[in-house]
Amino acid sequence: MAVLLRKLTALSGVSGYEDEVRQFIWKRARDCADRVMIDRLGSVIAIKEGDEHSDRNVLIDAHMDEVGMLVSGIDEKGFVHFIPIGGMDARILPSTRVLVGSGRVRGVIGIKAIHLQQGDEQGKPIELDKMVIDVGASSREAAQKLVSVGDPVIFDSKFTLFGDGMVKSRALDDRVGCALLLEALEERYPVTVTAVFSVQEEVGGMGARAASHRTRPDAALVLEGTTCADMHGVPDHMRVTRIGKGPAITPMEHSAIADPALLRLIRGAAEREGIPWQYREGNLGGTDAGPIQLAREGVPVAHITIPCRYIHSGVSALSLQDFNNGKRLLRATLMRIHRLFEKED
Amino acid sequence: MGMKDTLERLCRAYGPTGRESETSDVIEAMVSPYVDRVKRDAMGNLIAERKGGGKGRVMLSAHMDEIGLMVIHIEKNGFLRVCAVGGVNPIRSAYRQVAFGNGVRGVVGVETKKLRDTIKDPSKLTFNEMFVDIGAASCEEAAQQVEVGDVAVFMSDFMVMGGRVSAAAMDNRAGCAVQVEVLKALGESPMDLYAVFSAQEEVGLRGARTSAFGINPTVAVALDVTPAGDTPGSVPFTVDLGRGPAVKVLDSSVICNPSVIAWLEEAARRAGVAWQREVLTAGGTDAGAIQSSRGGVPSGVVSIPTRYVHSPAETVDISDMEGAAALIVQALETGYDQ
Repeated sequence: MAVLLRKLTALSGVSGYEDEVRQFIWKRARDCADRVMIDRLGSVIAIKEGDEHSDRNVLIDAHMDEVGMLVSGIDEKGFVHFIPIGGMDARILPSTRVLVGSGRVRGVIGIKAIHLQQGDEQGKPIELDKMVIDVGASSREAAQKLVSVGDPVIFDSKFTLFGDGMVKSRALDDRVGCALLLEALEERYPVTVTAVFSVQEEVGGMGARAASHRTRPDAALVLEGTTCADMHGVPDHMRVTRIGKGPAITPMEHSAIADPALLRLIRGAAEREGIPWQYREGNLGGTDAGPIQLAREGVPVAHITIPCRYIHSGVSALSLQDFNNGKRLLRATLMRIHRLFEKED
Repeated sequence: MGMKDTLERLCRAYGPTGRESETSDVIEAMVSPYVDRVKRDAMGNLIAERKGGGKGRVMLSAHMDEIGLMVIHIEKNGFLRVCAVGGVNPIRSAYRQVAFGNGVRGVVGVETKKLRDTIKDPSKLTFNEMFVDIGAASCEEAAQQVEVGDVAVFMSDFMVMGGRVSAAAMDNRAGCAVQVEVLKALGESPMDLYAVFSAQEEVGLRGARTSAFGINPTVAVALDVTPAGDTPGSVPFTVDLGRGPAVKVLDSSVICNPSVIAWLEEAARRAGVAWQREVLTAGGTDAGAIQSSRGGVPSGVVSIPTRYVHSPAETVDISDMEGAAALIVQALETGYDQ
């Protein structure tokens, strides 16, 4: 399980530039799904026919893209200017290492040393547009040999096991969802599963919206890495999720209110099989669920999410135990989800 | 049952955003005798269909949902932490009485440590510094009554003040009541009618968007409340209570189609209904989502002037609502010329 996650997080996939991830997932999906295609926006759609209720189609979504940056300019001193792609907290950037472009050119985002900072400078966060990437070039020409305007930029952060079964890496949001979904495709379920490995979630869910419109699902589950603020100094009610308490299910987030019946089914599946679970406590943050829900005449949606501390950074961290319980919960849900439709018939 | 009684029945129904089923049950019972078919969809929309002369499809949309507070965390000592569902103002929520769908009641409290800051600068108050007290002394006791994901609505009485009425959830049970009365009063129409009682408007016009896709209407009219500019010290706004329904020109979600405006105003003239024109620089209604559905839908809005919107004291004039119903009935019976 960790092996697949390690491989997925090693791939570069800033929103709009998901090709490495797409190729990897497409190859894997071909081996276990009945049909695989890549749609016009670049999402991978893999279908696994159901063995009892194949006329019912459940869309399961995990996004391939990660937050990152894009090179927006190179100045005459050879410093590389950039813009953020996806929700980027500027405060986490100073002192990060990055990799630029398909050649993975190494760079650093640094700031003035403390000795040189005046008075109140130390107290102020640095604005994003004042930061640059240093690729070690002394002139524009030299830098242009290494990188180009438009190159995607990712955090340079290796997948590392640490502590008590924890993992640190960039892009856990949402390679963790991709890992869960690829593993899920190895089995067959009563319902038909349409696995959507979507593009561009971090910039508005374009991939998911198109895929939902095309595949007309009867229900959908979104697999995500989600915020986890169970750290020192954070009040109890603002922690959102907690490491080690299991996968989190979401009554409501910014883009979608989960379907109450689907939510109950997931909770019931967890309780039946003795899988630890928690609620995602809070409303902030959007996912592919909104765009999926609003396609065509609407789709009931819910989420299964894995708590990730320090999400949207190079040091996001999760618990492998939560990850494994998330896998169990997804399977248990897929084995039962046809009951949701029985009530309609 | 007249307009006021319909309105009261609807205002007393529980139906926050995403939890509209009790309200849609009440509406279904009211409208079933007057329509050919009633159905529900994946978003929780209630769609009442009535066949007419087949010359195009007209969609009406009145959202059923009201704003509320969702439980996001239960404290060890039994207090509930909540977040807003829809545009709920923290200041207007302080110390209000709230009720959950299962009948559990509570009050909204504020962290007193934060009160001092808040009095200096009200914008500093957020739901992170507020909580709901349901009288439970422990997490276990609270968990027996509510759980994370449950939604509370603001309680208030249905208060009659002469020809005006004040209650929480006027936004948009007033629009729903008008739509119900339209279905009861409607005679023959050249068009097929889809009267949508929509879900999840308060979080982004979601029910309207998906139901419009399914119906694919020729023309659409949303029915919603709009603020009134006739209270002391009010920001300049041309809409008053008691001068009839408002025909919307624009708000921040939609520029209403001029031929739809003309159709509605002509209908008002024919029906002998006084009306006002409304230009709103904020706010949105279902029309905003319907207009951009598929290849586009000519859309308009008939608004019910309402004082104190998004507070538990929302106030309307019953005669404005009756005027709105008469206007729409006339418009439907005349038909929309494309």
